[in-house]
Amino acid sequence: MSVTSTTPPPVVQKEDSMLRQKAMIAANYTALSEARDKGRKVVSTFVPGNLNELLMCFDLVRNLPEINALQNGLRKKSGRYIVEAERNGHSEDVCAYVKADLGMMLSGTGPAGAPLPAPDVLLLSYTGCFTFMKWFELVRQEYDCETVMLHVPYQGDGTITSNMRDYVVKQLKEDVIPTLERVSGVKFDIDRLRGYLAESAKAEDDLVWVLQSARRRPSPIDAYFGGVYYIGPIFTAFRGTAETSAYYAVLREEVADRLAAAKGPTTPEGELADERYRLVVEGPPPWSNFREFWKMFYDEGAVVVASTYTKVGGLYDFGFRHDPEHPLESLADYCLGCYTNLDLPTRVDILCRYLEDYDADGLLINSVKSCNSFSAGQLLMLREVEARTGRPGAFIETDLVDPRYFSPANVKNRLESYFQMIAQKRGRAAH
Amino acid sequence: MPPAPRLQPPSMTAVLDRCQALFDDLAFSSVRAWKEAVPGRKAIGYMPIYVPLEIIHAAGMLPVGILGGGDQLEVIHGDAYYQSYICRIPRSTVELGVTGRLDPLDGMLFPSICDVIRNLSGMWRMMFEGKYVRYFDVPQNYQDSVGGSYYIRELETLRDDLAELGGRAITDDDLRESIRVYNDHRKAVRALYDFRAARPWRAPTAEVYLVMRAAMVLTVEEHTALIEDYLAAAAAEDRPPRDNCRVVLTGAFCEQPPLGVIKSIEMAGCYIVDDDFMLITRWLLDEVPTDADPLANLSRAFLHHGCATSAKFEPEKQDKGRFLIDSVRRNRAEGVIFVAPSFCDPALLDRPMLQDALTDQNIPYTAFKYAENSGQTQPIREQAGTFADSIKLWSA
Ligand code: SF4
Ligand code: SF4
Repeated sequence: MSVTSTTPPPVVQKEDSMLRQKAMIAANYTALSEARDKGRKVVSTFVPGNLNELLMCFDLVRNLPEINALQNGLRKKSGRYIVEAERNGHSEDVCAYVKADLGMMLSGTGPAGAPLPAPDVLLLSYTGCFTFMKWFELVRQEYDCETVMLHVPYQGDGTITSNMRDYVVKQLKEDVIPTLERVSGVKFDIDRLRGYLAESAKAEDDLVWVLQSARRRPSPIDAYFGGVYYIGPIFTAFRGTAETSAYYAVLREEVADRLAAAKGPTTPEGELADERYRLVVEGPPPWSNFREFWKMFYDEGAVVVASTYTKVGGLYDFGFRHDPEHPLESLADYCLGCYTNLDLPTRVDILCRYLEDYDADGLLINSVKSCNSFSAGQLLMLREVEARTGRPGAFIETDLVDPRYFSPANVKNRLESYFQMIAQKRGRAAH
Repeated sequence: MPPAPRLQPPSMTAVLDRCQALFDDLAFSSVRAWKEAVPGRKAIGYMPIYVPLEIIHAAGMLPVGILGGGDQLEVIHGDAYYQSYICRIPRSTVELGVTGRLDPLDGMLFPSICDVIRNLSGMWRMMFEGKYVRYFDVPQNYQDSVGGSYYIRELETLRDDLAELGGRAITDDDLRESIRVYNDHRKAVRALYDFRAARPWRAPTAEVYLVMRAAMVLTVEEHTALIEDYLAAAAAEDRPPRDNCRVVLTGAFCEQPPLGVIKSIEMAGCYIVDDDFMLITRWLLDEVPTDADPLANLSRAFLHHGCATSAKFEPEKQDKGRFLIDSVRRNRAEGVIFVAPSFCDPALLDRPMLQDALTDQNIPYTAFKYAENSGQTQPIREQAGTFADSIKLWSA
C-alpha cells in the first residue's frame, strides 16, 4: 500500500483547518438546536444555489437537508431512515437523499443527536435538480410555515442569458427578500449583503487555489475525498462569514506547506506518499460507505486531482466570484452556474479540461442511483471524453446514501481493473 | 392546412384502424409523407409534457410528439447510453434517434419535465449535430410580472429560432391564427373526454388513447377532424354499459404504459373516466384569447389556466392534490389508480402527497408501476380487479 505507515493516522484530525471546520459544523448544529430558546428564526434551504449571504442578512439560522442526509450517511444512519421513509409510502425508485431526510424527520432527531427545530421559513432554491422541487413540497407538508421558492432556469445551451438572470433577480426582489423580511422582522440592507459577498469572494479565491494545487505532481490534495471536506464551509451555512475566510486562508497555508515539502494528500491512514494514478472523478461519493470507498483508491496509490462533485455548490475555478458591486445579479449567476445546472456538452468540456490541466490518467464516473441530474447521460459523456482526450475512462454504479446499492466487491474489482488498464496503457506508451 | 371536405364520416373500424396504424408506425412514415408532400416542409419533435405547439404551427411546421418506443421497439443501442436505474423512455428515444427513425425531424424540443429529459437535450446536441435542439424551460413562478415576463421572452426566442429555421418570419397574425386552430382542437379534446366521462362504455380508454396518440403525429387540423369522426362513430355504436367502477388514472404523463396495461385495467372492471395521457393536448384548460398580443396570451394561459401535474411546482400547500380531487368529483369517479413508470421521479415523488390528499377526502386508490415494454399485464389486471371489487363493496 502506498500510505506511509510511519505517519500516524490521526494526523488528518490535527490539521488546524480540520479542527476549524468541525467546530463550525458543530456550532451550526448547536445554533439550530438552541434557536427556539434563543428566539432565533430558522430557514431550511438546499445546497446548490443556496443564498447563504442573503439569509445572513436576516439573521436566520440555516438548516440544509442534504447536509443532514450526508451526515447521516457518514454516521451510518441513512440506511435505516431510508427504509423508514419507504415504509411510509415513498418509492424505492426515488432519490435516497430525500428519503434519508424524511426518515430523519420521522425519527425526530438530527444528525448530531439533538432534534432539529421546525423551520420558520422554507426557501427552495430550485437549482440544477428537479427532485429539489418535490423534496421541498414533501418537507412543506410537514410544517406550517412560510415558503418561498426561487426558480433557477437550466443552462440548456451552456449560456446564461439576460432573461435568465433578470428572472432570478426579479424573484429575489419581489418574492424572496420580502418573504425573508416578513419572517425575520429584519429589514433588508444591501450593504450588509455586499459585505458578506466580499467575504465570500476572498474565500472563493483561496478555495480555487487549493483545488488547483492538484495540478502539481505529486498532488498535495485529493480533490474528491479531501475535496468534499474543503468545500464544506463554502457550500453550506458559512459562505460569506469571516470565519470561513479564515478557514480557507489556513487551509491554503497548509496546502502550500505540503506543496513545498512535495507531500501527497492526507488520508485516514496517513500521507499518501506514492502517487501512482491521477484521476478525474465525476459524480457524488457513496457517503454511506465513504471510508471504504476512499481506501480502495489510496491503497492503490490513486489520487483524485479534480472532481465535479466539488462544484455542485458553486463553480469557481473558471472565474466566477460573488461580486459585491452587483449583489443580486451575482447571486443569480452563482445559482445559474452550479455544476448540475450546466448542460451536458459544457460538462464534457469541463471534464476534458480537467483531464488536460491536471494531467490526469483518466476519468472515473461514479453513477449514483439516486441522482438523474448527475447520472442521466454520463455514459455518453464518458465516451465523448475518452474520444476527445484519448484517456481511458471507467464507470461504476453506487448510491449516495443508500448502502443497499454499494457492492464493495464489484466496485473494488472494477477499480482494480481500471488501474491495471491505465498502467498497461502507460507501459505501451513508454515502448 | 384545412382538411379536405368529407362526404360521409368514416366508420369506427376505419377510424381505429387508422389510429392503430399510426401508433404502430415507429418509422414515422406519416411525418415523412407530410414532409414529402410539399418540399421544404419541416417537422419539430417534442418530448412530454408541454411545449407551445401554437408557435411550431405558426412557423408552418409539424409538431411531432415523441413518447418513446413502446413495447414493439427492440432497444439495441439505447441501453449503452444509460445506467441501470432509470426509466425506459430515454433509452428507447435514443434508439429511435440512432436508428434513423427520427431523421424526418428537423429539430427537437426537450421541455423541463425532469432531469432525464433535461439531460437528454444535451445528449441530443452531442449526438445529432446540425439539428435544431432546444431545452424549453417554463417558469415555476406563476406571477405575470415575474414568471410571465421570463416566459414571454422564452417564447420569443423559440419563435425567432423557428422563424430562422423555416426561413420566414412568424407574425402575430400567424400566431393568432394558430391559437385559434388549437382552441378548436382543445374544444374537440374536451368533447371527447366529456363524452367518455359521461358514457365510458361507448368510448373505452383503449380506443380514446389511440385516438389521442394520433395527435402526436397528425396535423392539428387533421386530428380535430379525427376526434369528430371518432365521436360520431362512438355515438352511433350500440355498446351496452357494464357494471364497472369509475376511476381516474394518473401518473402516465411521460413514458407510456403498453396498450395492454390500459386494456387490462378496463377488462378488470374499471372505466377510466379521466387520465393524464398526452397531457399537452389538455394542458391549457380554457380557450386562449385570439386578440391582442398572442405570446402574452399564451403566457397568461400557461400561468393561470394550466392543469396541475407532477412536473409542476404547486405554490400553495393547501392546493396540493386539488386538481386530482376536482377531477374525481367532476367525473364522478369512485377511486384513483396511480400508474407510473419505474424510476419516474416526478410521478413517484409526488405520489405520497397526492395519496395523502385523497385519503383526507376518503377517496380510495391503488398504485402500480410499469415500463413501456412491460410484458406482464396479469398482475396489473389482478390488482385493478381487486381494486374494482373493493370499490363496489364499499359503495354497496
Ligand atoms: S437527485 Fe441528485 S441533486 Fe437532486 S437531491 Fe437527489 S442527489 Fe441531490
Ligand atoms: S418517465 Fe418520468 S423520469 Fe422518465 S423521463 Fe419521463 S418524467 Fe422523466
